Amino acid sequence: MSDPIIKPTHEARKGDVVTPAKGKGWFYTDMVKEHFFSPKNFLEDEASYKQAYLGMVGSPACGDAMKVWLKIETIDGVERIKDFKWKTFGCASAIASTSMLSVMITEEGGMPVEDALKLRPQDIMERLGGLPARKVHCSVLGDKALRSAINDYFRKSGQHDRVEVEHGRLVDKVLKITDHDIEEAVLEGADTLEKLQEKIKVGTGDPSCIPDVEQLLRFYKEKHFGA
Amino acid sequence: MKSLSLSYLDHAAATPVDARVLEAMLPYFSSVYGNPSSFHSVGIEAKRAVQEARKRIASLLNAQEENIIFTSGGTESDSLAVLGIPRTKVHLDALRAKLGEETIPHVITSSVEHHAVLEPLLFLKKRGEIELTVLDVDRQGMVAPQDVVKALKENTLLVSIMMANNEIGTIEPIADTGRAILSWRKERETPYPFFHTDACQAAGYLDLDVEKTHVDLLTLNASKMYGPKGIGLLYIRKGIRLAPLIIGGGQERNLRSGTENVPGIIGLAKAFELAQASREEESSRLTVLRDALAEELLTIPKSVLNGHTTKRLPNNVNVSFLDIEGEAAILYLDAEGIMASTGSACASSSLDPSHVILATGLSYEAAHGSIRFTLGRSTTKEDVQHVLQVMPGVVERLRHMSPVNLDMKYFEKQ
Ligand code: FES
Repeated sequence: MSDPIIKPTHEARKGDVVTPAKGKGWFYTDMVKEHFFSPKNFLEDEASYKQAYLGMVGSPACGDAMKVWLKIETIDGVERIKDFKWKTFGCASAIASTSMLSVMITEEGGMPVEDALKLRPQDIMERLGGLPARKVHCSVLGDKALRSAINDYFRKSGQHDRVEVEHGRLVDKVLKITDHDIEEAVLEGADTLEKLQEKIKVGTGDPSCIPDVEQLLRFYKEKHFGA
Repeated sequence: MKSLSLSYLDHAAATPVDARVLEAMLPYFSSVYGNPSSFHSVGIEAKRAVQEARKRIASLLNAQEENIIFTSGGTESDSLAVLGIPRTKVHLDALRAKLGEETIPHVITSSVEHHAVLEPLLFLKKRGEIELTVLDVDRQGMVAPQDVVKALKENTLLVSIMMANNEIGTIEPIADTGRAILSWRKERETPYPFFHTDACQAAGYLDLDVEKTHVDLLTLNASKMYGPKGIGLLYIRKGIRLAPLIIGGGQERNLRSGTENVPGIIGLAKAFELAQASREEESSRLTVLRDALAEELLTIPKSVLNGHTTKRLPNNVNVSFLDIEGEAAILYLDAEGIMASTGSACASSSLDPSHVILATGLSYEAAHGSIRFTLGRSTTKEDVQHVLQVMPGVVERLRHMSPVNLDMKYFEKQ
C-alpha cells in the first residue's frame, strides 16, 4: 500500500501567495512582493525623527493605522521632501504601497511638496503594477498619511493658509455622514446601496438623502474602479 | 526555494486526499462510470457501490442508510438543513395549528457558527420567514446548553450548533445540548425543535454517533478528512421531513436531485472509515503536538490563545499577537514554507475581522493579529519546530514596522 501520509509539495505551491479570502484568490505582482518582503524606508530609529513632520491616519475599514515622518528642505526656492519614513499596521498591500510611496517621494533629489500634493493613490498602484480591487483602500492609507504630514509641515512652518483640510460635504444630516465617508466605504468594497448601508448606515435615519447617496456611489465607483 | 522545508498547517481549510481514498475512487471514473439510475449492468454496478458506501457511512454514524443524503459538500448540507426545515409545509402547518395562523418558526443558532449556517439563516430572517436567536458564547467560544434551553420557545423549530469550531477549535457540548432539547420535547410532547449540527471539523477527532450526540441532522464533508472536495452528506433522522433545495430527477429520496457523484461518494465512505479508524490514535498524537506548539507560541510577548484550552480540537492552535496584522504575517510565514491562516479583517473579502474571535469578546485588534495553525496527518515534531523557529521573528519584524504598541488590555473588547 502506498504511503497514506501526503507531504506538501513544492508543486502545490506554484500558484504563488494568495490571500485566504473566500473564493477570491489573487496574485501579487513582483513589485508588490519586492516592497512587501524588503520594505524600503520604514522608520528604524524614532529618536532621530523627533523633529520630523508627522502624519497619522487610521483606516476605519479594517482598523489599520499608519504613521509617516517627513523631512522637508527648501532648495533653490523649492520645498523638497528629502526624507520619508513610515510605520504601518496593515496588510501586505499597505506595507508595499507605503514602501513604494516612500521611494517615489524621495527619488530624484526629493519630490517637491507641490507635486507630492498632486499624487494620487492610483499613481502608487501604477508603480506597483496594480492591486486587487478590494486592496485599493490600502494604497489610499499611505497617501493620506503623506498629506497629513505635509499639513504638519505647513503648520509648523507657519503657512497656515496652505493647510488642506478635507472638508466633507454633509450628506446624511441625521447621522452626520459626509461624502468622504461614502468614498471611504466605496473604497472598502461597498459597491451597492445595500452594502453601503450595512457599513455606514447612511440614509437609515434620513431616507431623503438616498438619491444623493446613490449618485455619489456611482461617482466613486467610477472614480476608483472605472465601473 | 527548492530546499525550503514545507509545513502545511491549514488542515481546517483543506486536507490532501489520502492515497487509499484516491485508489478506491479511481475505478468509478472510467470503468464503473454508469449512472446509478440506469438498468444496465454498468449502472447497476455503480448503484450497488453507492448503496454499499451509504451503508458503511450509516454504520459509522450509528444511523440507517436511508437517513444519509449525499450532497456537494458541507455548505450544501448546511443549507439543506437550515433552509429546508423552516420551509417544510408540514412543520409550518403543525406550528400554526397549535399557535395560530400568523406563527413563523423560530430558529436558534450561535454567534460562532460557520457562514454556511449563519448566512442562510440571516437570509430567511431578512425575508421574514423565521424568527432568529443568535446565542452569545463565552470567552472560550462555548455555547452553554442552558442558554439554548433558555432560548427555546413554543415556536422553536430548529436549533443549529456546530460540533467543533473551524477557527478556534472549541468543541461544543453537543451531547448535553442534545439531551436538554430531547427532554424539553418530551415534557411538552412535541417533536420540535430539531437539532442540527455541523460536524465538518469534528470528523476524524470526535465520535459522531448520532445516538450519543442526540442530533437530528448532521452535516459532514469529505474534504476535511482526507477525502475529495465536492462531496458531503446530511444525516436526517428517520421521519423528519424537509424541503429540498435541488429539484429534478428525484435522486436521494427526492431530497437532492442530480446524478450521484459516484467517485465522490466512494471517496467519502473510504475517507470517513479511515478517519474513524485512526481517530483515537491520531487525536492523542496531535494533542501532544498542539500543546507543544501553543505553549511555546504563547511565550511570545503580548499573545493570547483563542478558544478553549482543553475542550479543543486536537489539531487546532489559534493565537492572537497584538500590534501585528495577520495577512502580512501569513505571507511572511508562507515565504518560509509555513502555510497557516488568519482571522484578520485585511484577509477577508468583506474586510470584516473574524466574527468568531470577536464573538469570544476579543477586540478588533486581537482578531487582526490572529494566526491559526491546523495540524494534520503529515504534521510532525519538525513542523512544530519549524513554526517555533520562524514565528517569533515574523512577529518581531512586523512589530518593528508597526506604529501601534497596544497595552495587553486591548485584547479585550473595550
Ligand atoms: S491594510 Fe487592511 S486590507 Fe490592507
